[in-house]
Amino acid sequence: MSPTFLSQAMTVARRDVLRERRSGEVLWVTLPFGAVALLLIPIAISTDTLTLRRVGVGMFWVVVMLFGVLIAVRRTTADSTAQRDMVALTGMDPAAVFTGTALANFLLLLVFETVLGVLTVVLYDIDLSGAQWFPLILVLVAVGLALLGTIAAGIVATGRSTAALVPLIVAPMSVPLLIAATQSFEGLRLGKSILTWILMLAVIALVLAVAGVLSARPLQETG
Amino acid sequence: MAARHRYPAEVSEAIAIVSLSGVAVRAGAVPILRDVNLSVHPGEVVGIFGANGAGKTTLLRLVATMTRPSEGSGTVFGTDMNSPDRFEVRSRIGYIGHTPGWYPELTLAENMAFVAAAMGIDAAKVGSCLDAVGLAGAKDRRADRCSHGMQRRAEFARVLLTEPDLLLLDEPHSALDADAVDLVDGLVKRTVERGGAAVLVSHDHARVESLAHRILRIKEGTIT
Repeated sequence: MSPTFLSQAMTVARRDVLRERRSGEVLWVTLPFGAVALLLIPIAISTDTLTLRRVGVGMFWVVVMLFGVLIAVRRTTADSTAQRDMVALTGMDPAAVFTGTALANFLLLLVFETVLGVLTVVLYDIDLSGAQWFPLILVLVAVGLALLGTIAAGIVATGRSTAALVPLIVAPMSVPLLIAATQSFEGLRLGKSILTWILMLAVIALVLAVAGVLSARPLQETG
Repeated sequence: MAARHRYPAEVSEAIAIVSLSGVAVRAGAVPILRDVNLSVHPGEVVGIFGANGAGKTTLLRLVATMTRPSEGSGTVFGTDMNSPDRFEVRSRIGYIGHTPGWYPELTLAENMAFVAAAMGIDAAKVGSCLDAVGLAGAKDRRADRCSHGMQRRAEFARVLLTEPDLLLLDEPHSALDADAVDLVDGLVKRTVERGGAAVLVSHDHARVESLAHRILRIKEGTIT
């Protein structure tokens, strides 16, 4: 029986999570680097509590964006031609492969954000007003970043761009994510409505999801 | 074009599994294949010989729909090689290239289970396929801890698992022990007996000549 789109996507997601569990790339390499970056920033700027509280959220999101993209891009760009051939020759729908890869990236990014988030609260003495909104914001940013990184990795995997171009592809597209994420937290701190920023994060995720699914087949077939 | 024909009469009457007409492949401005015309029919084994860099691997990748023609036209299982839907025929193709494509962090069984799940094949078959290629004791070994020869054997197990209708083998006999060489020959015969076809690229002329119904030679991107 032919597998469904969803079952193919879940197969790819399970594969990626299992590979991560074995290699520990995110947990034992990228995550510690992100944590070190958050530790070093106060040394570079100031250890004054008020300053740290003021810049903490922004620093958290910058670290999440930079290291998060690395997480999302790492697998696809590291895979060999033989590995990509093996996947292609299963006859899986490239859109299902994209969806599964993005799903696995989302899960890894969510863990990454959560651990660094707790660290930021501790190190920067972050104001926890509106904390009930934090999970939703973290989830939406993780979705957007996972989709963005998976699309960028797909472009690089075609062989027509090099991995060095990933920052150029990702940087302009991550700006709206960064603005919406930081402004959401700023809105919570000031007690303002953050609905606009939440909607913006949701729309970015939706646009990236549609773009990713629609471009998956042409991108695979370009490679 | 063909050096010899010794396949059964019914083969030539069947609808071609692969049909290439005037196909050229270029890498940038460099021609890799030129004016290739080729038909492969059910029940047929085609051997391809040629020097290094003659275009043998590119021809196999073209037939596997992994490389697109720069010129000319072609079909595989009746699907146009330039069609956006060509990925759909790939599950009927078994391709074994120079380098095994296993994920190093996963065990051989997990790699095979991934393929099975991706193609909707019963995962219970994974064990018996690995057993059949002599890897019963290495099922739970990570791919990066298996020798090249074991990884190649696992690729043969993948062919047993997926039962392709078109088998494409690039230097299938290289770096294999005698038992594994017999495995390759068995896979080819099994595929053909099921009504499929096989294309073998090899430097081992004697081996391929013993299997193939037809031998083609490729020189500087042209089938001669």
